[in-house]
Amino acid sequence: MALPKYTEMRYRVWHYSYLVICTAVFVFLIAPLFVIIPLSFNAEQYIHFSDGMLALQPEAFSLRWYEDMIYGTKNPWGIAARNSVYYAFFSTIGATVLGTIAALGLSSRYMPYKQLIMSVLISPMIIPLIISGSAIFFSLAKLGLAATFPGIVIAHIILGTPFVVITVTATLSGFDDSITRAASSLGSTPTNTFFKITLPLITPGIISGALFAFVTSFDEIVVILFVAGGDRNLTTIPLQMWTGLREQLSPTIMAVATCLIVLSTLILIVTELLRRRSERIRGISAQ
Amino acid sequence: MTAEIRTSDGELLSVKLKKVERRRRTTAFLLAAPLLFFIVFAYVIPIFQMLGRSIDNAEMNSFLTETHEVMQTWDGSEMPGEDVTSTFYYELKTAVENKYHGKIATRLNYEKGGFTSLIKKTSRKLKNFDENANFLDQFIDVHKKWGDIEYWQALKRGTDAYHFRKYLTTFDYEQKFDGSIERIPEKLRINVTLWLRTIFVAVGVTFCCFILAYPISHLLSVLPTRYSNLLMICVLLPFWTSLLVRTSSWMVLLQKQGVLNDTLVSLGFVADESRLELMYNMTGTFIAMTQILLPFMVLPLYSVMKTISPSLMRAATSMGATPFHAFRKIYFPLTYAGISAGSILVFVLAIGYYITPALVGGAKGILISNRIAYHMQQSLDWSLATAMATVLLIAVLVVYWLYNKIVGIDNMRLG
Repeated sequence: MALPKYTEMRYRVWHYSYLVICTAVFVFLIAPLFVIIPLSFNAEQYIHFSDGMLALQPEAFSLRWYEDMIYGTKNPWGIAARNSVYYAFFSTIGATVLGTIAALGLSSRYMPYKQLIMSVLISPMIIPLIISGSAIFFSLAKLGLAATFPGIVIAHIILGTPFVVITVTATLSGFDDSITRAASSLGSTPTNTFFKITLPLITPGIISGALFAFVTSFDEIVVILFVAGGDRNLTTIPLQMWTGLREQLSPTIMAVATCLIVLSTLILIVTELLRRRSERIRGISAQ
Repeated sequence: MTAEIRTSDGELLSVKLKKVERRRRTTAFLLAAPLLFFIVFAYVIPIFQMLGRSIDNAEMNSFLTETHEVMQTWDGSEMPGEDVTSTFYYELKTAVENKYHGKIATRLNYEKGGFTSLIKKTSRKLKNFDENANFLDQFIDVHKKWGDIEYWQALKRGTDAYHFRKYLTTFDYEQKFDGSIERIPEKLRINVTLWLRTIFVAVGVTFCCFILAYPISHLLSVLPTRYSNLLMICVLLPFWTSLLVRTSSWMVLLQKQGVLNDTLVSLGFVADESRLELMYNMTGTFIAMTQILLPFMVLPLYSVMKTISPSLMRAATSMGATPFHAFRKIYFPLTYAGISAGSILVFVLAIGYYITPALVGGAKGILISNRIAYHMQQSLDWSLATAMATVLLIAVLVVYWLYNKIVGIDNMRLG
């Protein structure tokens, strides 16, 4: 971004103010997340930077809120974490299988009513969650599945599929049909071609779709507010955070939030690795 | 004359081709079918069923079917005759015996306040009625409200099988008992305020996201990959982080005793006793929503800007355009696709936002979704909640349709 020597003064000023603006926006994006992390190690129970913390005194920091998160009896974070993982795991499997199969059909040139069907399949992502939540709740209640484990998994599958459909269709749009034709001409059966040729090539897309579905279920709060119906045994991490935040902003929540930030960092790393792998497979060099 | 081309098994080539094509169409459809049926039956149909509740009054109608039928001949201009009152008496008696008079009371109370106590008291006294005497007089003896014709008019209206009055309520209008439509008293008007506020916040947040996202997307697209990948973390980490984590971080920052106010006070910009009110109002909702939705604007913009060749701008300047002019005439028009994709995405997400306004917004910063949730979960006026939901859904679908027209659903990209 170095400027050429002949740049006029006013463009120089403009260029540096542009960089300052960009820096400010990046700080605005990322700083709020990093405020939480030190506060979760606070030794006091008020959520602010104490004088001791600012002076970096070791006694101003502690792990007591992490202890409270794990061993505290008042907050069922353990049950919540277990439930969150279960719901996310099962709904990811459901959403990935259904979404990938549908995406295979949708990326075929012969798919009838492609636009219409695609719009219907994507709709759970577009329609406001408050509407989705209440509609799913009413239909599950009719089937007697509201506030049950399968009910919540079904709700999360609905919300997760659009992401799988979008990412897998995107991967398939760059797919070279001549590879599968070559396989067939060499005597491979369609099933064999799918598992040996197509599937390995679209795996990065499927995994990143599955990650989206996982995160959607893991972070989901609006629909579960309706569907879980206040049953403490069905609670999830977002539901516990929501309840906690509505009562009082406690340092324990900061500790949970820090754990979630660590988790999202891991997800970010995985997606980045996937992206590079996908680019390498397709022969685009990952600079 | 063209020769008929046949395949090795003796079929006409054109017929064979059609057959193959049909088979491929069927295969493609069968692949999409499981998900399509799942979404239609578990999601699309339930939404329509739920929205049907906004006009559906079949349950009330079934409770008081005969009363409703008899009342069709009553024009509502003077007190109802004995045919109406006697039918109502017998049907209410059945209701009390089968214990659904409570539901009748609740539903009628939406039509006119005071019906809850009126029905409850009447139900208790029903056994003292003399079935050979004048029913209207006995009703009035039990409760003087039965002498008020409006309660009978409300009863007539409240037993219609369906109605559209909740849509009037959605926009702070009401239908009087004489059929005229008027705005409700000023101090009760809340829904229009919320609709306007929701639109204002959605448009405002979209605009702010655009203003903030444009420069950084540009920077990301022109920087060498090793730097831009690093900076991209600033966009992607919030994108992957839980909504509640990001909302709680804004609560920590914006509170009266929060980090932002503490910093301003310690720097001496603000006096300790006049700390800024950043939360539980529109400011909080606005700031938090902008930061949360910003990645949804950056990602589509970035993917479009990445494809714009830098030589275009160089060509423009070499032909004498000032950088500003070249930007306006060349670069900016090339980013329209990204701008529309990002704006529509952010707008659609913002208009239905619920969690962040509920936590950061307080009473002054809530949006229409919060009102829908309130009617769903607390006031239990499901007809009103679903009427509002229908209006919101129509708004979103119009934007979704636009998105489809402009960007095309196939071009949606994530991450």
